[in-house]
Parts: sequence; C-alpha cells; structure tokens
Amino acid sequence: MNTENTFRLDGKDIPFKKGDTIMDAALRAGEYIPHLCHNPEFKPHGSCRLCVVDVNGRHQASCTLPAEAGMEVDNSSDAIRQRRELLLQMLFVEGNHTCPACEKSGACQLQAVAYYIGMLSPHLTHFFPKRSIDASHPDIVFYHNRCILCGLCVRASEQVDRKSVFAISGRGIDSKLVFNSPDGKLGGSELEFTDKAVEVCPVGAIMPKHLGYETPVGQRLYDTKPISVVGDVAAHSKPEKPFISDKSHE
Amino acid sequence: MNKPLVNEYGSKEKLIVATAPLCGCFGCHMSLLDIDERILQLVELVEFDRSPITDIKDIGKCDIGLIEGGVANVHNVEDLREFRNNCDILVAVGACAVNGGVPAMRNQFDIKECLEEAYILGIGIENPHVPNDVEIPLLLDKVHPIHEVVRVDYFLPGCPPSADTFWKFLTDLINGNTIDFPYSLIHYD
Amino acid sequence: MPNIEEFIGDIFSEIGEAPDLLLQYLHAIQHEYSHVPEEAIQLLSERLKTPPMKINAVIDFYSFLHRTARGEYDIRFSDNITDRMLGNQLLFKSLCKKLGVEPDVPRADGKVTVSLTSCTGICDQGPAMLVNGLVVSKLTEKRIHKMVGRIEAGIPVANWPKSLFVVKDNIRRKDKLLNDDIIKGSAIGALAATGGEVMLERLENSGLRGRGGAGFGSGLKWRLCRETEADKHYVVCNADEGEPGTFKDRVLLNSYADELFEGMTVAAGIVGAKKGLLYLRREYLYMREALEKTLQERREAKLLGKKILGHKGFNFDIEIHMGAGAYICGEESALIESLEGKRGIPRDRPPFPVTCGYKNKPTALNNVETFVAAAKIAVFGADWYHSVGTSQSSGTKLLSISGDCERPGIYEYPFGVTIRQILVDCGASDTQAVQVSGAAGSTIPPQEFYRKIAFEDVSSGGSFMIFNQQRDLLKMVLNFARFFTHESCGFCTPCRVGGRLLNDLVEKVMVGYATRYDLKEMERIGQVMKKTAHCGLGSTAPNPILDTLAKFPGIYATRLHNTSHTPAFDMTKALDVSRLLTGREDEGAYVERTDEY
Repeated sequence: MNTENTFRLDGKDIPFKKGDTIMDAALRAGEYIPHLCHNPEFKPHGSCRLCVVDVNGRHQASCTLPAEAGMEVDNSSDAIRQRRELLLQMLFVEGNHTCPACEKSGACQLQAVAYYIGMLSPHLTHFFPKRSIDASHPDIVFYHNRCILCGLCVRASEQVDRKSVFAISGRGIDSKLVFNSPDGKLGGSELEFTDKAVEVCPVGAIMPKHLGYETPVGQRLYDTKPISVVGDVAAHSKPEKPFISDKSHE
Repeated sequence: MNKPLVNEYGSKEKLIVATAPLCGCFGCHMSLLDIDERILQLVELVEFDRSPITDIKDIGKCDIGLIEGGVANVHNVEDLREFRNNCDILVAVGACAVNGGVPAMRNQFDIKECLEEAYILGIGIENPHVPNDVEIPLLLDKVHPIHEVVRVDYFLPGCPPSADTFWKFLTDLINGNTIDFPYSLIHYD
Repeated sequence: MPNIEEFIGDIFSEIGEAPDLLLQYLHAIQHEYSHVPEEAIQLLSERLKTPPMKINAVIDFYSFLHRTARGEYDIRFSDNITDRMLGNQLLFKSLCKKLGVEPDVPRADGKVTVSLTSCTGICDQGPAMLVNGLVVSKLTEKRIHKMVGRIEAGIPVANWPKSLFVVKDNIRRKDKLLNDDIIKGSAIGALAATGGEVMLERLENSGLRGRGGAGFGSGLKWRLCRETEADKHYVVCNADEGEPGTFKDRVLLNSYADELFEGMTVAAGIVGAKKGLLYLRREYLYMREALEKTLQERREAKLLGKKILGHKGFNFDIEIHMGAGAYICGEESALIESLEGKRGIPRDRPPFPVTCGYKNKPTALNNVETFVAAAKIAVFGADWYHSVGTSQSSGTKLLSISGDCERPGIYEYPFGVTIRQILVDCGASDTQAVQVSGAAGSTIPPQEFYRKIAFEDVSSGGSFMIFNQQRDLLKMVLNFARFFTHESCGFCTPCRVGGRLLNDLVEKVMVGYATRYDLKEMERIGQVMKKTAHCGLGSTAPNPILDTLAKFPGIYATRLHNTSHTPAFDMTKALDVSRLLTGREDEGAYVERTDEY
C-alpha cells in the first residue's frame, strides 16, 4: 500500500483522502472508534472526547484531527480504553441515566458505547442534578436528564432543518440545552417530528411521544451485537409520525 | 486469573454467601433464582448465610456478599455496613445498587416534597402527618448507589442482571477465573 | 434611567449594527441597567435577526452579564487566593452583614448586590473589589464601614472619594522593556524605513516569543499571517488577563498603552491589517476611558487612521472590545469567538487563528506584553533584545508578584532568573511554595527554587504567587479547583465533569473525610483531564492538584481519614430534613458519616 496516503491504526494501514480526519478514514475502512458527538453528516464537534486516540504519543480527538501520512494511531490500548471508560463514567454521573426507566434503552448510543468499552458501573460519585422534562410539544418530549450536550441536534436543526431550534446555553457544569421559542419551551418552537434534529439524538433526550418500548427486549438495536458492528443510532433512525397531531405551525 | 477463593478454614469447605436487599424490588434475587437447576450445582460450591432465601436474619463472616438495591434510609446504611464488615467480597448487584436505579428517580424531588406529597398533600389522606414511629427507618435526602457508602469489589449491572450473569460471575469468582463478561451479559436494563 | 429602545438606538449609531457586536451591546446595556432586561433582549433580537435563545445563551455564559437586575451598587469581591490571604472573606461577610444582604441576591430595595468574582488582577494591593466597574483596592474594615454609609445614603459611586479608587503600578524592578523608552511613532517610522520583510527578520532574530505563556515565536506568527492570502487581515491584542495572580498587563495598559498600540500598528503594517482589536477584560473596564483617549491622541498624531505618518495605503485603526467575565476567553480561539459576539468556546485547531481567526481571516493575536516588546524591538533592534535572556528564551519577562512577600508588584527580569533570586528581591522569607504562571501553572517547592524562569524551564505567563510556611496550601488548591469549576466553558466532558469531580474531592479532603482511595481518584481524573481535554484550560486545570499531590503530599496526608473508604456524602446532613419533618431525635435518627471497617 502506498504509504504516502495511509496512516497506521493499531498496526493496520488505513488509506485516507485529503481533508479526512482520522475518524473519517477509520470509519470508511470499517474500523470503529467509539464516539458520541460525532456524526459523519455534520461538521465535527470534538466535545465528548470519547474518540481520543494516541497519535505519536499524544492524545487527540480523532474526529477533528486531520489524517497525515505515517501517523501511528493507537485506538485500542488499555490506557486508551481506561480513559474512555472514565469519560463515559463522567457522562453517566453528570446526568440522570436511569436505563431501566428509559424508552431508548437498548438503542441508546451512550449505553452501547459503554457496553462496547465494558463499563460495569459509573463508579464515580453521582451528581443527581435536578433537571426538568419538557413535554410541551405535541409529538416530542425533551429529557434534560439524559442530554449529554453532544450538540448534534443543534447542528442538525441549524444546518439541515434550517430552523435553529436548539442551542447550548450557560457555562461549565451548568451548561444546558435551550429552545428557540417565545416561552423557552419546546412546544412553542418550530421543531417537527420529522426533523433531522430529532433523528440524530444519540441518547434518550429527544423522544417521540405516544411511542415507547415498541421493540421487544432481545431485538433492540444493540441487544445482540455491539455498536462496532451495528453502527450509530442515527444511521438506524427512521422517524415515523406516531399520531396525527393537532399542532399547526404557521 | 484470580486465586480460587478459599475460606479461612481451607479449600475443602464451602464458600459462604450472603445476600441482602436494600431499596430495590427483589427482582435481582428473583433473577438469581432463575439459574434454575444450576442452583443444585451452586449449593455444592457455596453455603448461604443471611439471605431472604434462607430467612437467616443475622450475618456471620462470609466470603461473598451480594447486595441488591440502593441506599435510601438509615436501615439500608446499617445493613450495608454490616455486610461490608462481614464479607470479604462485596458485590453491587443490579441497577439500584450500581447507580441508584429507579428508586433514585426520587432524587429529582426534595425529600420534603416527597414526604409531603405522600403523607400530607396527597388525595384522600386521613390524619395527614409524616410518620414518626421510631421503628420506621428515617429516609436519606437522596437514594445513593452502594459504592457511595461503602467500598465495593464488583459490580453486576442489569435490571436485573440475568441468571446467566449471576452464574458466570459466581462460577468465575469461585473458580478463580478472571471475570470477563461476554457482550451479551453486559446490560443496564 | 433612559428608555431602553432609545438607549439601544444610541449604541447602534455609536458603534454600528452587526451581529458580532452582540457582546458589546450586552455589555453596554448591563452597565446601564445593572442587567439585560427582557425588553432589551427582544429589541436586540429583532434588530439583529437573532433568536432570543441565542442572546440568552450568550448572557448566561458570561459572569458579568445578568438577566435579572443586580443592585444599584453592584459589588464584586475579588476572590483569588491572594485576596483570601489578605482577609477578603471576613470583609465580604462583614459587608454582607452590614448591608443585610445574602451573597448574589439583590437587596429587597434593589439598592445593592454583593458577590464574589474570579481574580480581578489587583493581587499586589488586595483585598480588592469592583463597585460598578471601579476598583477599590486595599480593603479594610474601615473602608467597608464607610462604604456602607455611602451606599445607605445613596451617594453615587462617582462622588465617592477618589482616593478609594487608586490602583498603583507598583513597578519594583525595571529592565530593558520598561526602562528603554521609545518616542511615540518611532517604531512605525522604523517599519516604514525598513519595510515589512526586514522588520519581520528583525523580530525573528530578536527571538521574541509570545508572552501569554505558550511561547510561540512572534516573528514566525506574523510571517505566517502575512503570507496567508486573504482580503482582510486582523491584529488582535489579548488583554483578557484572567490568569489568577497576573496583573502585569494592567500596568502596561495603564502606563505603556502607547507602546502597546505602537506594537499593534507595527504588526498591522507587517501582516497588512486595516483593523485591530483590543480585547479588554471586563475587570479592567476602569481603564477603558484612558485607553480610548490614548487612541484618540494617536489618531490626531497620524499614528492611527488613514495614511499613517503620511504613508499612502498604511491605514489602520484599533477598536476596544470588552470581555464580560470569562477566563476561557484568554484562550486565543475562545477570545475570537467572543470578539464575534458569541459564547467563548475554544475552536478546533487546526486551523489556527494565524491563518483562520477573527471572521475566519488571518489574525495576528498576541499578548499585551508581546506587542510592547515588539514596538521596542522595532526601534532598538534584535540585538538589543536578545542580548539578555537565555538561548531559548530571549529578552525579559514581566512578573506579577503577590502573596507572602514584603514588596509585591511588577518585576521585570531577563529570562533565566532563578526563583530563589526573585524571592530575595521581593522580600519573601520562610517560603513554602511558589505558584508560577497562575492557577494553571506549576507549584514549586523550595527544593526547586534553583530553577529558572524561562520557556525551557519554569514557563510563566507572568503570575508569581508566594506562600509562606504558615499558609495552608490546600486552601490554595481548593481555591483553584473552585476557580476552574466556575470558569470551565462546559464544552468538553473531561473539563466540565472532571473539574467538578475534582472540586468535590478536594472539599472532601478539606473536611477530613477523604481516604487514600480518594487521592488516587483525584490523580486518575486529573490525568484524564490533562490528556483528553479540548483546550488548554481543561488540560491545565488539574495542574495544582497533580502538582501538590506529587510535591506536597503532606497537605493531603495529614487530613486523611483513617479508614480505607468513606462515604461520598455527609450522612448526618442527609438526614437533616427527615429529622425535622418527623421531629425525631432518637438513636435511629442519626448515622455517623464513617464506620469502622
């Protein structure tokens, strides 16, 4: 293989094109790098940090790092695995992730990546923040408890739906998702069930109303095969309008 | 590889296992019983001390303690500490013990709101007052996973962990094998 | 108070109408109304065609912007560790008590709000506070007492005695940079005489490296900027001096503003910029008027504006943009986001600002001290500068010295000076530790006082805080942990969550309930932040903890609990409400936090 346009990922040669990030090239070559805030359809964000790899001795986010010829990339060492596990544990203790009581369970990317990494417990001290649920929209519920601030809905709403329904507000640990509507509630926004922004949520933060627990346990997205084989949640989302809603957007 | 577990009297004797429910639903205990006929193999290897299964009320020195449920009240704290003091290996079993689970959903509300809703403001309540009998364990302001109260050696996630997860865990632990769950046995629901 | 619509109209006609000026509008409104009223948000939203959500998101990001009214007297105590060492906590409590206010909560009559804020850069003459944007230094109980009288009597801050608002330069040691004066315009004249290429070579030969701390070669940076083709180039000065314990830019802005603007103009001439921006931290608002005056004088002297010094095509002017209270905006790409009126979230790099910065154009972004040095190098030449310093760190460095010493203030040293020498010069004795380069820097123990201030040894952005043997160093660690939790932008997981986890663990050590296990957790969390954070803030935030764990293990060990594990929370407190509601006081109503096991 021509080494001028390949880098090595865990000992394998990965070809890349100009402008590729490590993530782009790896995914195309069928190599899985765990990620949450990344979705190949959108400009990389680099916020979850789960996709950190070791490149020539330095940790870098593979979703934002441009590929260069000859790079030595470690995506599987124990050190990398442990760091990813701790990042996942941080996300789990930061919000309120009660998987047994979540309709997204079994088809949730946060959960799936944690299964893939082999995380057995959140281990850290839980913040148990008090966060609200916004059920003002006729078709969609927003659970702040489950939001991991990946920014995918922000990007999708802005770039694909052309609505800018979402933004991240606040600072630090008080950062939270906010909605573009007169009263700040989702119901008053232009969000529609078929919006890209609804489809891209990797966790159970943006959920359809009137649906839930549709797929039997055992047949859900990640029940039998890991995310490295199945792929991202967004790649499998086919939102179907559950009920005819009486909501009209003028 | 772990060393095969032996109790302090030598390897010939059976390992002693105790189990306890804290703030949970007993689902994890049910799931343990779901190992079905394998329980006959298990009792060849272990002896049960305090457990709802044996109805033994006091715990003696044990090799393995399996705890189901989160820590919601004073009795939970006391039981948990007693287990920690008596068990060589303490295992958090199931979602509630691991991260608070469903009971921890009450953490979204102040304890005052919870008690007032249940005993004072709720519909159809006669003689509204917060029960204060000394026999009733006092509630902590939040439900916590057990690792936030005592040191925990192993975690079995799941709501409940499946019978196969219990079986894999116990047989690996007893035989001194590294506990390495296959993908199908790691789930949080 | 003026009608909001008219007020906003006036700002628009004064500074222009563009979405990237949002932060500037918000700053002006906040200053006038002590908050940004809902009506103002609606008006801005309409005029800028930006949803209110986005305006709110910006307001909620910056510490000095509020959506609910603060008091007529808006008071913020600087809460750096050096302020604490000078007793700010007692004064803060005393003022709150005398005024009858809770921290952060406006008094019922709307008269006053008292808060704590991150380091205000007055560490050499603390404890300090800001009252409606003005600095009151050297706070004492007497000053607090009189202040209460003035507030209750409703005397406007403008009529308070001028002596309250004195901020001294406190320059204690001058070297090349502060000593050798240049005539106004001489650096620009030198550039005109040599041309850009020769001037660039002069800068490169001088070995000048960025004075913010990272130390990137300034000549190289400007060359890259100059060589990046674009229709516009920008020069930006980072005067967001937020690193706790740093105040050298305050002094340069106060007494060397001409040299700063001269340096920016030279940079503009080299890179081909028509517009320069000075990003001034909100805490330094009190200097804005004087800086504007200096700019105006320079315009009148043909040193700014069209045809500078009569050279056709050399057009350049400088605008001052205010920050609004966010340490992260000292990070260059976050600063650019902020200049564009957004939340200060660091960008992905590459591309770097030098090729894709402000408005995605090539931007020469440097520290105040760097521009001042560049102006002087332009006049005196490369040799003048690199004749002092070390081989890898040429020239001098301004240090802001505070904490336990007899003579806090500004000290200019050639690079290579030892920490021990500095301690002697500023009159520090019995020193336990020096925190070099601020909260994000390194904690240096006495056995390392032989080390040198230089990029290749102990690198410094300019902060130098001294702690004597009587100090409890863990208080410093906790102060910094709180600082980083407060200042994390919240973008990436390790900094947002890890910072809070570290903060809680340090607090656990402080109250005597932490165990060895907790220390190992701190180390583990700190390493993940260091390795995986999105920007320099996140990766340096655990430094004070990791450094002290390694070099001052005693401050932790003496406080550890003697069991292998302790609960993560306070058990007794966790029963407080239940006890109250049930009225129970029996044995079963109490649990010890720890148990013997």
